[in-house]
Amino acid sequence: MTNTPKRTPLYDLHVELGGKMVDFAGWEMPVQYPMGVMGEHNQCREKAALFDVSHMGQVILRGDDTAAKLETLVPAALTKLPVGKARYTFFTNADGGIMDDLIVANAGDHLFVVVNASMRHQDIPHMATLPGVEVTEIFDHALIAVQGPAAEDVVASLCPAVRDMKFMETAVVEILGVTCRASRLGYTGEDGFEISIPDADAVRITRALLVHDLCEPAGLGARDSLRLESGLCLYGNDIDNDTSPIEASLLWAIQKRRREEGGFPGADRILREIADGTSRKLVGIKPHGRAPARQGVEVQNADGETIGSITSGGYGPTVAGPIAMGYVAAEYAATGTDVNLLVRGKPLPATIVDMPFVPQNYKR
Amino acid sequence: MTTYYSEEHEWITVEGDTATIGITAHAAEALGEIVFIEHKEAGDTFEQGDEIGVIESVKAASEIFAPVDAEVIEANEALADNPAILNEHPEGDGWIYKVKIGDAEQLTDLMDLKAYKELIG
Repeated sequence: MTNTPKRTPLYDLHVELGGKMVDFAGWEMPVQYPMGVMGEHNQCREKAALFDVSHMGQVILRGDDTAAKLETLVPAALTKLPVGKARYTFFTNADGGIMDDLIVANAGDHLFVVVNASMRHQDIPHMATLPGVEVTEIFDHALIAVQGPAAEDVVASLCPAVRDMKFMETAVVEILGVTCRASRLGYTGEDGFEISIPDADAVRITRALLVHDLCEPAGLGARDSLRLESGLCLYGNDIDNDTSPIEASLLWAIQKRRREEGGFPGADRILREIADGTSRKLVGIKPHGRAPARQGVEVQNADGETIGSITSGGYGPTVAGPIAMGYVAAEYAATGTDVNLLVRGKPLPATIVDMPFVPQNYKR
Repeated sequence: MTTYYSEEHEWITVEGDTATIGITAHAAEALGEIVFIEHKEAGDTFEQGDEIGVIESVKAASEIFAPVDAEVIEANEALADNPAILNEHPEGDGWIYKVKIGDAEQLTDLMDLKAYKELIG
């Protein structure tokens, strides 16, 4: 028995704009519009692209010492996170693996958390285990992302206040008379904002943003190629319950105090890996030829031995060639190491490269 | 010259015992932007239904299937440097193979344009 896919408040607008709708995590979402995945990808890198991400979970956490309590579930330092700042982190499990990745924002009298659509059903009950924390999932707000070098101009045309925001800052703003939350962050590697808008005003505000010359709608196809070029992990592909944050090259997201104190699930393994290293590492992989190498492709050494596998792969329009991410045995993880990718039975040459594949343009 | 269509959205234009094979505009549109094509080479032979190539678009990989038994005379080398031709002119300059047909009777298994248009609706 299948469940009918859910629709965001922007569904009709997507159809009107020519969106090709597909099922994603139980939601009917636009994978692309008539501009196409490459066109929308380039639009984001050159101007501004608007994505509907309302399928993601938006959650409010209230209560005393909520930040300290949430620290028992994630390895980020949150107790001193200033009001108006957001931080990237992940729920870890007892084995030191990753249950989901998320953004936590200090909204003053509450924490505002955004989780992946595919893991909402897990994450909300997980946070609800925190004693004395009121966990409220928001069901009446859309979430849109405006991303690209022109994102500030586009959003500021309706809300000049966003110009003062820096990367990873969050604020309550007024857009067309409506109270919204804007956060200067995203999943594309470009400057931009994610904006939480009451359902009733979502279409009106989205249309108003799209009116701007430099803003075009973009779908999930472009969202994936953008984040891949930016070296950003996709939960379920590059990180999952078996991958530790250290294997996944996410040590940067575990602030110093947490590395010393632990106090999150799986800290034993994670702290040990920080000290001793890991047996495998998530790396960027650049095929030499033009053939993309996708998730599941085996990575081999020169002797044809399996040394890893690709977790995300495809074509990068800005790179103008195939790119991939995958885990390889630690001894092969150094940048510049040559490997082979077994695509359709043939070993294709590739090299381990640094990520991101394309420079990030955050407004720091 | 007559053009036939397969259920897998290939076209084959026949002239005597040689033919040209490609993918239809419908297929090209469904695939999205094509970035790479892996194909057979001159001299390769295949049977009806064999996988004879893979087209990689930004989103995914799709196979091409042989509409009839044939031998490759020429593969379109222009597609290597410019796979976008497959999107722009899938039924013209985006041809994939020139072949020598192995069994002309198999053409009766394929559709004419009218039947193909009905298929794609």
